[in-house]
Amino acid sequence: MPLNTLNIITLVSVGAHPMSGRARRAEQDARAVELGLRLAGERLRILHAGDPEEEALRAYLGMGLAEMTVLQQPPQADALPALSDYLRQAGAQLVLTGTQAETGEGSGMLPYLLAEQLGWPLVVGLAEVESVTDGVAQVLQALPRGQRRRLQVRLPFLASVDNAAPTARQSAFGPARRGQLQAQAVSVVEDVLFSEAQLQPARPRPKRLKVIKAKTGAERMKAATAKASGGGGQVLKDVSPEAGAEAILKLLTDEGVLR
Amino acid sequence: MSDIIRRDPRAEWIARNRLHPLHASLQTAQTSWMGPNGLIRKNPHAIGFIGPNGLKRIDRSGAQQGGSSKRSTAKAEVQLPLHVIEQPSFHIVVVPDMVGGRLSSHDKDLLGLANKLAGSEGAVVAVVFGEHKESAFDTAGVDRLLHIQGEAFDGYAPEQRVLALSAVDNQLTPRHWLIPDSRTGGGELGRRLAAKLGERPATRIWQVADGQCIGRAGAGREDLARRAPRLILAAAECADPVGDSRHEVRPVELQDQIAQCLPRIENLGAVAVNPALIPMAEAEFILSGGNGVQDWTQFHQAAEALGATEGASRVAVDDGFMPRDRQVGATGTWVTARVYMAVGISGAIQHLQGIGACDKVVAINMDPGCDMIKRADLSVIGDSAAILQALIERVTEFRQGGARDAA
Repeated sequence: MPLNTLNIITLVSVGAHPMSGRARRAEQDARAVELGLRLAGERLRILHAGDPEEEALRAYLGMGLAEMTVLQQPPQADALPALSDYLRQAGAQLVLTGTQAETGEGSGMLPYLLAEQLGWPLVVGLAEVESVTDGVAQVLQALPRGQRRRLQVRLPFLASVDNAAPTARQSAFGPARRGQLQAQAVSVVEDVLFSEAQLQPARPRPKRLKVIKAKTGAERMKAATAKASGGGGQVLKDVSPEAGAEAILKLLTDEGVLR
Repeated sequence: MSDIIRRDPRAEWIARNRLHPLHASLQTAQTSWMGPNGLIRKNPHAIGFIGPNGLKRIDRSGAQQGGSSKRSTAKAEVQLPLHVIEQPSFHIVVVPDMVGGRLSSHDKDLLGLANKLAGSEGAVVAVVFGEHKESAFDTAGVDRLLHIQGEAFDGYAPEQRVLALSAVDNQLTPRHWLIPDSRTGGGELGRRLAAKLGERPATRIWQVADGQCIGRAGAGREDLARRAPRLILAAAECADPVGDSRHEVRPVELQDQIAQCLPRIENLGAVAVNPALIPMAEAEFILSGGNGVQDWTQFHQAAEALGATEGASRVAVDDGFMPRDRQVGATGTWVTARVYMAVGISGAIQHLQGIGACDKVVAINMDPGCDMIKRADLSVIGDSAAILQALIERVTEFRQGGARDAA
């Protein structure tokens, strides 16, 4: 099955600029759109739950899409029921999301809850879709430290995208103006979280102090002036290069860094 | 061993016997005495001891006295007080990441938080999947250890692990679940568990106090303060690790069978990534070369054979053997590798600062007295070219002999 016949929906949200807080396209959602565009091209559908009047949504259309669907909701509503109802009858084979929202709670739970409700498998940190054959996709998952893992998963599935996915293309002004935002009315479910939780400007985290449990002045002095040292490492002296290499190889295999 | 100072009659006898070959070594040089006129005379040459680098050192604290007649007793290991919870009234369950089979600092912070929440009544249960290499669960604050083993849990098996954790939830009904909100597995596992249990988790929590918790919200511009829910995904440095007690790591078993599920996501294994493209600050395995490397072609070969990201010390960069962006140290990149292999680097303090966050350091060097050897967990003294050549051969052999297919 060629990749460009896949039915892909990307879920997008309204982001916030990290310094000014101005509404913009969300970084990871834009990467998800980029990944979707590379896979499905023009056939990519994008979906948002929120306010259809929001100007920042047009930045996604400016990436080369003619229209997007917006499930109309007030800002404090729960996006989950509306999205899962829509996705159930949308006939998508792959749903792409970002890892977490840039505004609001940003718990990153949405892809997990959607996967649980739809009963689909979820791939976390999708970096690339390699191939799709007989309804089974072979994908690369991004791991920390730049590593990749190959996974096989049956369609349809959900995938969240993090910063390892391809960088999003720029948004062009003209297509962004011309694109259509199709608003759809949905039933509104109120999110109970903000009745009991408060958002406050982020406080800088307290810096962890180095607590020195020393009893005498000499010990404190030693701790204050100590060089970074492991102490008590194994030293192989007067051994043949082969024996030394053997010891190093053993450590490397024990640590599991040889792959 | 007790601290009672015991007489050594043989040493005393040698000290009296001027004809004994060891006589000189047992003479304590007198440092001060009363002179004939009643004045205190001092011999400054007799004070102190010869330090490791051949210079005379004077330690005024009195802790270290080379050549003193008092026999040093072996330092007894300080036993921290044992914290015993016989009948826990509730459980706090922690699922550590166990990166590389050991508790990471993030895991230890979480165990510290769990102990804070457990107080003197609750028990901290750590759930560990598969093989591990950790030997310090007791000082990290684990009261009960639930070790879940089996083929189904090896490798990347989040769905099976979530099933196991929900079985744990049924058996223990913990007051809190604490899971590290990390990219190394905890963040994913915790959210999957939350979706499975139907609990709304608190994520990226950096403070828990008095039943309230504060975590980062959105893209980090805001904090969300709320009542602490059952499931907490905590950020690094959410609490101080346990430091002053020892815990009995009592094994517990799961009573009922874990439901088996057909994995919907099949793991086809790790993919070989070009190590040169991984940013050095987050590379897992770095081979770093310095002034002692003569054959740079061979060094590059070794990095390729090992699959390591290349680094260099300042000298190697200044001499033009490596590009500037490969420099490790205070002026270059501060690396966080799990294994750092330093070839021909003596270990200037700026370089040692740069590798401060590395777990294991391997040094290959000619000079057994250099600072890098003191920092290293394994050091091989010898010619770096010969050792690298032997290492390349061993690794190629290892790769061919039934190693994993790195396609």
